[in-house]
Amino acid sequence: MTGIAKGEGPAEEEAAILVRGLRKSYGDVAAVDGLDLEIRRGEIFALLGPNGAGKTTTVEILEGFRSRDAGSVTVLGCDPGSQRRRIKSRIGIVLQSTGVDPYLTVAETVAMYASYYPHPRSVDEVIELVGLASKHGSRVLKLSGGQQRRLDVAIALAGDPELLFLDEPTTGFDPSARHEAWEVVRNLATLGKTVVLTTHYMDEAQNLADRVAVVAAGRIVAEGSPSSLGGRDTASARIRYQVPPGLRPPVEFADAPDPAGFVELVPADFTATLHALTGWALAHGATLDTLQILRPSLEDVYLTLTGGPEGGPR
Amino acid sequence: MSTAALTVSQIRYVNKAFWRNPSSAFFTFAFPLMFLVIFTSLLGHGQVPLAGRVVHQSTYYVAAMAAFAVITACYNNIAISVTFQRDAGILKRTNGTPLPAIAYFTARVVHALLVAVLLVTITVTFGALVYHADVPTGATLLRFIAMLLVGAASFSALGFAITAAIPNAEASAAIVNASILPLLFLSGIFIPLGDNSPSWILWIARIFPVRHFANGMQSGFLSTSFNWTDVLIVAAWGLGGLAMATRYFRWEPRT
Repeated sequence: MTGIAKGEGPAEEEAAILVRGLRKSYGDVAAVDGLDLEIRRGEIFALLGPNGAGKTTTVEILEGFRSRDAGSVTVLGCDPGSQRRRIKSRIGIVLQSTGVDPYLTVAETVAMYASYYPHPRSVDEVIELVGLASKHGSRVLKLSGGQQRRLDVAIALAGDPELLFLDEPTTGFDPSARHEAWEVVRNLATLGKTVVLTTHYMDEAQNLADRVAVVAAGRIVAEGSPSSLGGRDTASARIRYQVPPGLRPPVEFADAPDPAGFVELVPADFTATLHALTGWALAHGATLDTLQILRPSLEDVYLTLTGGPEGGPR
Repeated sequence: MSTAALTVSQIRYVNKAFWRNPSSAFFTFAFPLMFLVIFTSLLGHGQVPLAGRVVHQSTYYVAAMAAFAVITACYNNIAISVTFQRDAGILKRTNGTPLPAIAYFTARVVHALLVAVLLVTITVTFGALVYHADVPTGATLLRFIAMLLVGAASFSALGFAITAAIPNAEASAAIVNASILPLLFLSGIFIPLGDNSPSWILWIARIFPVRHFANGMQSGFLSTSFNWTDVLIVAAWGLGGLAMATRYFRWEPRT
């Protein structure tokens, strides 16, 4: 690549967000405790973590709402602490809980926020994009919770931001509304926008994010694509089946069954063991109706990394 | 858009939301007229000795309710609606956009001022038609307008300042009324103060801005003398409110 300033690596040039050693305490409690983060332009990045892990504090520092105690933060090449005004017109924010004037209509609300930005998008287009076209002239008062959340997204898009922050965008959505919201976010990514979302829904991260970081106790404990996070892609698969009635499996397939009669194996050679197991069942005329092949889900990895629900990493 | 253009467009949105909110429009508009009718009906047949003159009580109330209307439109209305906006997260969202804070504040103050002017016009017209109150003209009108503008701006600033003392939207009406209602009584808005009023009441009326504001407004109707000190004292309170608001105003809900 050419044209990169000296001393600035490619990372600096490509990164929408670069965070090093971020710290923020409230009283004696360290909400963010040495967090590092790098988010590339054009990617959908999810911050996962339990409540109180420091996600919202981190995001609100990036958005310029909070000051930081220590660390360096660059958002679109600017410091959100000292150069907040330069960032404001280039980012869109969906806060975790936030309101709009209940007496304005959907179209008036979007038009009002659009007017604050130097290069706004068309109001009708934004309303269409979030699926509120049928509510164009309705007062905000009359919208359902899910529709108000979509209006939040519409307002965040009104200024045609390069970077969009979504703090738990689909909390309280029903499943179909959630899928619609995901579609909206994916469309944004195809427009080249960078999206940073926080969530505690694993399926949301799995479905939407190019990369995921897990936050626990104010720092990043794992980072990667949803399919490789925490070594998911290389972790051993497990075989789980119910011993057919009246049969005694050979020793290598017969770990102690759990109360429901299931046996779970973590074979060293997965393929050979599976082959041998089904061969044995066929030879005895048994069916393995309940056979399952298990890989660690994103949720398993998440729970391991964040130490719940069984307390401490397994 | 420039900051000025943003302010103008912001005033239009504030205005739309104001008129569509039944309670804010009702309380702001109906109360002063209702009180005018009630107080004039109850007490309006007497005379009030005022600054060496005797005036009809009905005329006195037209001026007093005009002052009350301005205070409601500016102080009460701004304090309550801004606290609601803060609690609902509207202010935090606004603070995350490039809208300059000055455009937001100016729009609210100018809107309150426009509502105040409209209210005073309605009250005065009503008073002139029904109670034959005098209407200020000429130089008196100009002084009257000066007092009106300074008062509206000052009570708006105080409205912003008091939001810092209001913990949440539920408490806003209670705190706003507790802070202004006793003062309205002690300043002779509802019941005229006389020379034989207790001196502690007269002292309170002298310290706080309500009495001075009402004095300035009354001079237009009652041909009493207009004192620029009244304007200065109201302005001083306004500047104090502005300083407090600048220092303590919060964009985020107090949790």
